[in-house]
Amino acid sequence: MSASILVIADHNNETLNAATLNTLQAAAELKEKTGSPITVLVTGNACGAVADQAAGVPVTDHVVLVDDAVLLNQLAENVAPVVVELCKEGGYSHILCAASTTGKNLLPRVAALLDVAQISEIVGIVDADTFERPIYAGNALATVRSSDSIKAMTVRGTAFAAVADNGGQAEQASLSVVAESGLSRFISEDKNISDRPDLTSARIIISGGRGMQSGDNFPMLERIADKVGAAVGASRAAVDSGFVSNDMQVGQTGKIVAPDLYVAVGISGAIQHLAGMKDSKVIVAINKDAEAPIFGVADYGLVADLFDALPELEKALS
Amino acid sequence: MKVLVAIKRVVDANVKIRVKPDNSDVDLANVKMAINPFCEIAVEEAIRLKERGVASEVLVVSVGDDRCQEQLRTALALGADRAVQVKTDSTVEPLGIAKILNAIVKKEECQLVVLGKQSIDNDNNQTGQMLAAIGNMPQGTFASEVVCEGSEVLVTREVDGGLQKIALQLPAVITTDLRLNEPRFASLPNIMKAKRKPLEVISPEELSVDVTPRLTTVKVVSPAEREAGVIVSSVAELVEKLKTEAGVL
Repeated sequence: MSASILVIADHNNETLNAATLNTLQAAAELKEKTGSPITVLVTGNACGAVADQAAGVPVTDHVVLVDDAVLLNQLAENVAPVVVELCKEGGYSHILCAASTTGKNLLPRVAALLDVAQISEIVGIVDADTFERPIYAGNALATVRSSDSIKAMTVRGTAFAAVADNGGQAEQASLSVVAESGLSRFISEDKNISDRPDLTSARIIISGGRGMQSGDNFPMLERIADKVGAAVGASRAAVDSGFVSNDMQVGQTGKIVAPDLYVAVGISGAIQHLAGMKDSKVIVAINKDAEAPIFGVADYGLVADLFDALPELEKALS
Repeated sequence: MKVLVAIKRVVDANVKIRVKPDNSDVDLANVKMAINPFCEIAVEEAIRLKERGVASEVLVVSVGDDRCQEQLRTALALGADRAVQVKTDSTVEPLGIAKILNAIVKKEECQLVVLGKQSIDNDNNQTGQMLAAIGNMPQGTFASEVVCEGSEVLVTREVDGGLQKIALQLPAVITTDLRLNEPRFASLPNIMKAKRKPLEVISPEELSVDVTPRLTTVKVVSPAEREAGVIVSSVAELVEKLKTEAGVL
């Protein structure tokens, strides 16, 4: 059997995270270049539905399900040995996972246990050994070649279109290769519940920056977001100023997004923010400072006081 | 408890970098350099642990040529007790750095390692996780709160969509996220004092670790520039253009 491509599924034990479909597109491109089959690994607890979902993705050839209580919360200390064990048996040439916080936490641990390098946040595949990735907050694009026998890489979702998610019938297998590491323990999770779409999968995003002046003014953005089914984001300046929580941050150190429409409100356009959103299809900037760098990347700029423009925009969209 | 902090010398966060004309790399000649911002947060956290009486000693390590001594002295001025430079003139990848740090953690019997979650030059976000793997330690990545409690350290992590709280057995590795703390500035008297603090220079060979690179950089290019668009005069015009011209509303 030729070496195969392993994709580690990103999920919440109930459904496959959308980012996995982008990762699978990267895997599909590798499959095209190498002819190797794609195996999706689902580790978790009571997550059979996720395995079914992964098997239904047409580009998937095999699904391996490792279902155990110690894998419930995706603690890297418990999941990494499972992946390593599978690699010892399976002869994988590539290991891919989404560059989500779960993937970024897990994959370097796997790579180090396998004594191979990791290539982070790839945005392009040149050949089986050569990949493109952004460096310096996206201000440069590096092409790197790996000499390792196994290439471990996280995939930046915005760089790969999602694959079709149904119609496939991959074969499924279950494995039990688990051992509790005893090193770490899950205590709790505090998820921000919102009816709005997730930043990384939203078609429209409206973000506020320091110009919003206070977290109390963010409902102005939320009301507009709800009119058009958008997610609400923020710049690092807004997060650092304590207006909103960090999981709303768009930028190099926050979330990397590429929606159809990105509306930046009261955001000056620091390099690190641009790095997180400049691949958006259409960018709108609303800022009262005509010299703000954000206008340099915006398709449509409106030089105006946001406290006048936002209520008007809300009305125009009603 | 001895705490190890590793820092990296990187281009200053406010510098707009340029790609070299031959596309071999980014041009760092005559560019302002600094401690990587996430590493600075790691140094601050370690110093706070010492001020709270949790840490007995803060050891700061950097891997690089002699110029990284400048950043090590800065960390000493901020409050670290002792510095180690692992001297090398070649580029060491995260896997190699992790092996070096693991050797030092073992040699110095450190109980806690605090690192930045990623450097702002290569944006890898790997070293902490790799060190944890090699040293068979637990990892608390992207930390926004760290509390030591007996033989455990409780870490609040910034994860997609919220916060996660986990407990790690010591020894453990923590990587810092932005909101963990706000780093202090070094005072002039402390900068003077830092000059007399011990700074040891060792080689990767002395630690018996193999740091051979696994990756080759084929080329580095500037990303496609985005063209500036049009300035609209009113909200009405904006909405109109988004509907008809851009077709996104």
